Amino acid sequence: MRAAVIVFPGSNCDRDLAVALERAGADVTMVWHKDTELPEGLDIVGVPGGFSFGDYLRCGAIAANSPICKSLIAHTERGGYALGVCNGFQILTETGILPGALRRNAGLKYICKTVGLRVENAETPFTAGYEVGQEIDIPIAHHDGNYFVTDEKLAQLKDEGRIAFTYTDNPNGSVADIAGVISKNRRVLGMMPHPERAADDGHGGTDGVAMFRSLMDQLATA
Amino acid sequence: MKARVYVMLKNGVLDPQGEAVRHALGSLGFDGVEGVRQGKVIELDLAEGTTEATVTEMCEKLLANTVIESYKIELG
Repeated sequence: MRAAVIVFPGSNCDRDLAVALERAGADVTMVWHKDTELPEGLDIVGVPGGFSFGDYLRCGAIAANSPICKSLIAHTERGGYALGVCNGFQILTETGILPGALRRNAGLKYICKTVGLRVENAETPFTAGYEVGQEIDIPIAHHDGNYFVTDEKLAQLKDEGRIAFTYTDNPNGSVADIAGVISKNRRVLGMMPHPERAADDGHGGTDGVAMFRSLMDQLATA
Repeated sequence: MKARVYVMLKNGVLDPQGEAVRHALGSLGFDGVEGVRQGKVIELDLAEGTTEATVTEMCEKLLANTVIESYKIELG
């Protein structure tokens, strides 16, 4: 599995995401936001958490218009895989690769804690290592994780099985408790919780490991 | 020339910051504040002759996220 992790000014989970992918067996290249091309022969692009461009204007808005994101959009349009975590999820919605938007948390506070997630769809390359309905513990760390979609779009996401994870106890006001959304072709996942921060015994939990292993299984045989 | 862009959350999108301001005004004794919506104002210094269509394009591409936000442009 060949992976790239994009680094923006203000990214702070880029190395954690790279380590989690490497431990699953990926060959990882870091890519700077000013680069215009992703490496050749890439299987998956990681869009990491952090505070790209200081969250100026809106979280992810400026990053979404950086040179590398044109390549990222082209990569996903070709059917390439991508995983956006936290700020990476915000960037994926700002580029339009994934639907919806992330608003300020309903309680207006930055929240940093481990939360329960329910696996809503285990038939994706990201979630095949989990069971439907399984509850897992993954940390969140965000101020703007309050997911919004219109009622019409929500109905569509439900019909298409595109809600990957929900919160067991909604921490931020997200519509329908949504914590993670997947693309129609099941190859792009965006989520506010951080699976790469639950990938080592030292993290205090390893429920994120199955995601990286699932990806490896999928992409090693692709 | 100058342009001023007002960006607001769309009606129907809950504005938790506006709600917090409404509560704070109530606790200061200002009765009768029935709703507060908080947005942002972006001032642009533009080359003479820049058209409203160009500013609209700026709003659509970057200044507003039209999934949740609406915008209004004032030129001059």
